[in-house]
Amino acid sequence: MRMKLNWVSTAVIFVSILWSVAGSAQESHVGKLVGNAKRGKALYVRYCIFCHGPYGDGRGESAPYLDPKPRDFTKAVFKCRSTPSGSLPLDSDLYDTISRGIHASGMPSWKPLLRQERVDLVAYIKTFSSAFQEEKPGTPLQIPPEPPSSPESIQRGGDLFQSMNCWSCHGKDGRGYGPSAPTLTDSKGYPITPFDFTSGTRFKCGDSDQEMFRDLVTGLDGTPMPSFETAMTPDQRWDVVHYIRSLSARKTAAKLKVEPIAK
Amino acid sequence: MRIATFKTIRLQWLATVILLAGLQPAHGIPAFARKYGLPCSACHEAWPMLNNFGQTFKDNGYQLGNERDAPIYQEPSYWPIMFRTTPVWHRENNNRQSVDIVPGNGTSGQVESSVTTSGFDLGGLDVITAGTLYKNISFFIQPFIGNSSIDLSQAWARLDNLAGSHWLNLKLGRFELDEPISQERSLIQNNTGSIYYNYLFTPPGDKNFFVGIGLPQLGVELLGHSDDDSTRYSVAVVTDSNGASGLPANQAADVYANFNQSFAVPWFGRQQVGVYGFFGESPTYFQTSGGTPLPGTGTGNRSFYRLGAYGHWYVDKFDFYTFFMHGYDNVFLGNGVASNQPFNLPLGAVGPVWNGGFVEGHYNPNPRLIFLGKYELTRMSREANPNIPRDAGNFDTWTAGYRWYPIMSPRAGLAWTQEYSRIINAGAAPLSGKADIRNSYQMGFDFDF
Repeated sequence: MRMKLNWVSTAVIFVSILWSVAGSAQESHVGKLVGNAKRGKALYVRYCIFCHGPYGDGRGESAPYLDPKPRDFTKAVFKCRSTPSGSLPLDSDLYDTISRGIHASGMPSWKPLLRQERVDLVAYIKTFSSAFQEEKPGTPLQIPPEPPSSPESIQRGGDLFQSMNCWSCHGKDGRGYGPSAPTLTDSKGYPITPFDFTSGTRFKCGDSDQEMFRDLVTGLDGTPMPSFETAMTPDQRWDVVHYIRSLSARKTAAKLKVEPIAK
Repeated sequence: MRIATFKTIRLQWLATVILLAGLQPAHGIPAFARKYGLPCSACHEAWPMLNNFGQTFKDNGYQLGNERDAPIYQEPSYWPIMFRTTPVWHRENNNRQSVDIVPGNGTSGQVESSVTTSGFDLGGLDVITAGTLYKNISFFIQPFIGNSSIDLSQAWARLDNLAGSHWLNLKLGRFELDEPISQERSLIQNNTGSIYYNYLFTPPGDKNFFVGIGLPQLGVELLGHSDDDSTRYSVAVVTDSNGASGLPANQAADVYANFNQSFAVPWFGRQQVGVYGFFGESPTYFQTSGGTPLPGTGTGNRSFYRLGAYGHWYVDKFDFYTFFMHGYDNVFLGNGVASNQPFNLPLGAVGPVWNGGFVEGHYNPNPRLIFLGKYELTRMSREANPNIPRDAGNFDTWTAGYRWYPIMSPRAGLAWTQEYSRIINAGAAPLSGKADIRNSYQMGFDFDF
């Protein structure tokens, strides 16, 4: 009888552990909202499956016709994060990407979906990779206050743009036609085009200066864009942000009346 | 005799409504799916019914806002056009059709008889081209090819996001009003079920030029919405032509306004409430030449309005539309009497007043299957002419069906549909004065490319 009870309690504990592990992978947390993967799956089938595929590997029916290619969730490698290069994103990072969309790609903003629905989608997307069960996201980056943009800051940023070889991909005028551009591929071997900074004021992982600063620190995982966390000081990163802003048609840059340095 | 006259009017009215509604093809637009690589289900709860993402896309001027919207980003061979048609097997029944006692002999007298017709049928052809002419300039052209007619259902261009704001979008042309629940996107296709009767309702004997908010109208519309489309408004000024091309019947301008707000309820989903109103004037007589009315000279305008409230309620995979309308026409419009001849009004004549509404429910277990049901009614609360039977114009309709989408891709869509609909007009049988009941059933394909 005692033996039987032991077996039962062991089984209960084992099932509970399995349940808790599985359960944690089925959830996401953004603010006070808790995402549910089961609900997220229904939304994924409706909205996402044709690009990202039924297995989340980026091989949806529409994928062959899209450039850039849809994200492969099974690799757990994400461009837009607030966590260090090579680490998992926060749930809020994935939520932000779903909400914002990826500018100049096939990924639209899904803001018309309810917040809860977007959080549910995050929960389901995380089920495509065991990494979300095995690892924890990196420590989110703290962004220092932005110094004001000035002609001097832009000048310094332009110098860094040259010395750090940003131009080799993005081109000397920031239009994305650097000498290395034709050779670039993403982590899955697909050709990838460097961003054209002159095309407007919007960027892939967010439009604010803070988000551009963050991208310089974290890099865009899965693309040739590296992290400049150690290669630049925070002040230097702000200088580069200001320089990139000067290349675009943003009004604040226009007010400074500073011509782009690199021609 | 008097009763028979009103029954005739009612049947004519019903036939007119069905005819007009039959000219209103519903649509989904796979040209957009091809452009963006998104499936039908991204924009449609089940095509052609839009979900909030699709409504936002539409409100944004057919733009996703990812800088790939303007035609310049498309391959030169891309042409934003789609077609849609519905080959079906179709059955219609009227339980009290007036027929000649001896077929072919119009003088043999008439009796009421149940008449049933059935066979294979084709629901006409939608051809739609729509999209962006340039960033923030959208357009929509919709010819409809019927069995023996071609109609330009809609044709408009819109300036989107004026001053960089979602709140300012200006449309000019012939367009579907920003209806509470889109008549153009009805999931139901059969003859009697596809119509929102309230949108087209005209009381018996009424001569109002304006038939209803269910028809595309000619005019200009200002529409705005929040970033996520949770708050929307539209104000349209339309001419009193009931959407017909050519100069209007008179010089009056009618105004339509709609406002809705959506909000999330935890565990239930999105909920939406809204109010709308149409306020207009229609002519009661024309200048004439030799007794023949001169087009465009309508005068003696008298007022009318339609107003109401509606909601769209989600409970997980169930959703329900609820709709209420209150209508009023001026006494001269309601009795078809020129306002310069008030002595022709019947004794005790008043402006007709009525109320109506519907509930339409859907169960959408997955993007490829939707079950639907609808109940709609209208009740006259005041007839224009006291001699008109109290219930003239009242009707009840029931519709049930489902749509299954075995093919749903970013290129095309195909649905298998089955629908049954029943409409009851109390006391409308042409001879006996009993209930006139019509049944409509169809099953078949509904496909677009």
